[in-house]
Amino acid sequence: MKEQTPLDPKNLLDFEKPVAELYKKVEALKKTAKTGDIDMGGELAAMEDRISKLKKDIFSTLTPNQIVSIARHPRRPTTLDYINLIFHDFVELHGDRCYGDDKAIIGGFAKLEDTHCMVMGHQKGKNTKENIERNFGSAHPEGYRKALRLMKMAEKFNRPIITFVDTMGAYPGLGAEERGQAEAIARNLRDMMQLSVPVIVIITGEGGSGGALGIAVGNRVLMLEYSIYSVISPEGCASILFRDAKRSAEAAENLKLTAKDHLKLGIIDEIVKEPSGGAHNDYRATAENIKASFLKHLEELKKLSPSDLLKDRYDKFRKMGQFEES
Amino acid sequence: MPLSEWFSKKKPKISGEYKAEKLDVPGSLWVKCYKCKETIYSKDLEKNLKVCPKCSYHFKLSGKERIAMLLDEASFSPYDISMRSKDFLNFFDTAKYEQRIRDYEAKTSLLDAVVTGEGTIKGKHVVVCAMDFSFMGGSMGSVVGEKITRAVEKAIGLKVPVIICSTSGGARMQESIMSLMQMAKTSGALAKLAEAKLPYISLLSDPTTGGVSASFAMLGDINIAEPGALIGFAGPRVIEQTIRQKLPPGFQRAEYLVDHGMVDFVVERSKLKDTLVKCLDWFGF
Repeated sequence: MKEQTPLDPKNLLDFEKPVAELYKKVEALKKTAKTGDIDMGGELAAMEDRISKLKKDIFSTLTPNQIVSIARHPRRPTTLDYINLIFHDFVELHGDRCYGDDKAIIGGFAKLEDTHCMVMGHQKGKNTKENIERNFGSAHPEGYRKALRLMKMAEKFNRPIITFVDTMGAYPGLGAEERGQAEAIARNLRDMMQLSVPVIVIITGEGGSGGALGIAVGNRVLMLEYSIYSVISPEGCASILFRDAKRSAEAAENLKLTAKDHLKLGIIDEIVKEPSGGAHNDYRATAENIKASFLKHLEELKKLSPSDLLKDRYDKFRKMGQFEES
Repeated sequence: MPLSEWFSKKKPKISGEYKAEKLDVPGSLWVKCYKCKETIYSKDLEKNLKVCPKCSYHFKLSGKERIAMLLDEASFSPYDISMRSKDFLNFFDTAKYEQRIRDYEAKTSLLDAVVTGEGTIKGKHVVVCAMDFSFMGGSMGSVVGEKITRAVEKAIGLKVPVIICSTSGGARMQESIMSLMQMAKTSGALAKLAEAKLPYISLLSDPTTGGVSASFAMLGDINIAEPGALIGFAGPRVIEQTIRQKLPPGFQRAEYLVDHGMVDFVVERSKLKDTLVKCLDWFGF
């Protein structure tokens, strides 16, 4: 695990630039202070102040489209990062016992403090090579079938299940269709509804449609502050509705895909705060927030009987939907 | 060709395989078959269950036509007839969602993309849901999700089998995340139906894709497809764009899905009712 430097200049988002500029100035000041042996403590503190204020200003007024770009940030922590920072004794398990091992969804045994859990999630890569290996986090049916196999094992041995969601969607490919992408996701939706152990889901990056939902039927559904969850990508939506993928910013507004929107609509239970500057600037602090949230929800869910867990999960999704009736 | 047309932009033709079917103009006397181009007298077509007498191309059926075709005469009593969609997100694309709903209501005289209710098939009591592609491409929003869920819950109460006839492009974008959640909701209801040991027969007709195929449509104890129906998760065009290669002939068509183990069999419309009765009989109903 590499420590994160503030605002990696290689992957700077547009709206992060003013902050990066200030960081540069701080560096310059430090240099002058060192070479000239001048005490610049006061100036530096003022600059740090300015930076944190600016970050706060920028991050409190992000547009949905800017949030999309944070959710997709190439340096955004991945499921494996979170597993390493939140859990211990992780043992990765492989394969769906039908066809293969999908590297776009990983999972296995892990301990959350003293609790044995089954953890799993979509796995994106950090560079092109990794992304090709992980198919950019877009799973084939094997991935969903492996996830379900692990969930059923967790149920058998009475271990809670924790899933991390971060995918642009299930892979739309020839092999995926032939091997039943639709069936694999559908089965997960149905069978996850019947798991008699606690299921906690967190959307950490992109929650892309059915490919996300395929491992996201939980008693608790959490979202990181700058993650997104949507029935279609803003680009896909724009190209269908406006016949122009470039109008994705507009589509992002329309789709109401942010954590705040979903909390308001009753789709999620909690927003897990990200450190100022977003998860990609501080893996550790993000992981700590997630861990605290997991522990809290797990404590609550542990008190429920298996039948209450089933009822809790069914009722949660049962009431979703808005319509008129006379 | 007149000279002026030389300069007009022509839309690239989509290969015949995936050509979207235009809706029938009601009241027209003659219909042209989309597949063999034969001109058919519309009354003959209707008598033949909307199957082309020459090439046996299966035209799309409306939800009401499907129910009339499957159920015993006058046995149907519908559920939730007043439920209609609501624009709770203020969704606006080229038109307001609110306006789109009203336009489709006027055009189709339906309130949404599914008709649900109970009735009998050769005396066997069943709950039936029939989707309607003519209402916003059969897309699933809150209304479709809720009506199907309620119908399944009704069946559990009545202890009768469920038959869902799907035809849909997938989730309804205008209801965004809420339409995605309908996938989990309907699948959850089917889990309860299975727990009650009641049969669910899924009939997949042309087309069944996206969020509908990735939820209730693929979850039948038996999945039955109509001949030639396009069935899949992603649409063929999206797949072609993603993998940048031509798709094999017949890809994602009903017969292809039988070959790949995704549906139990393909059945012609004329034999559908008898087949359903046989299956229901085997299930003990």
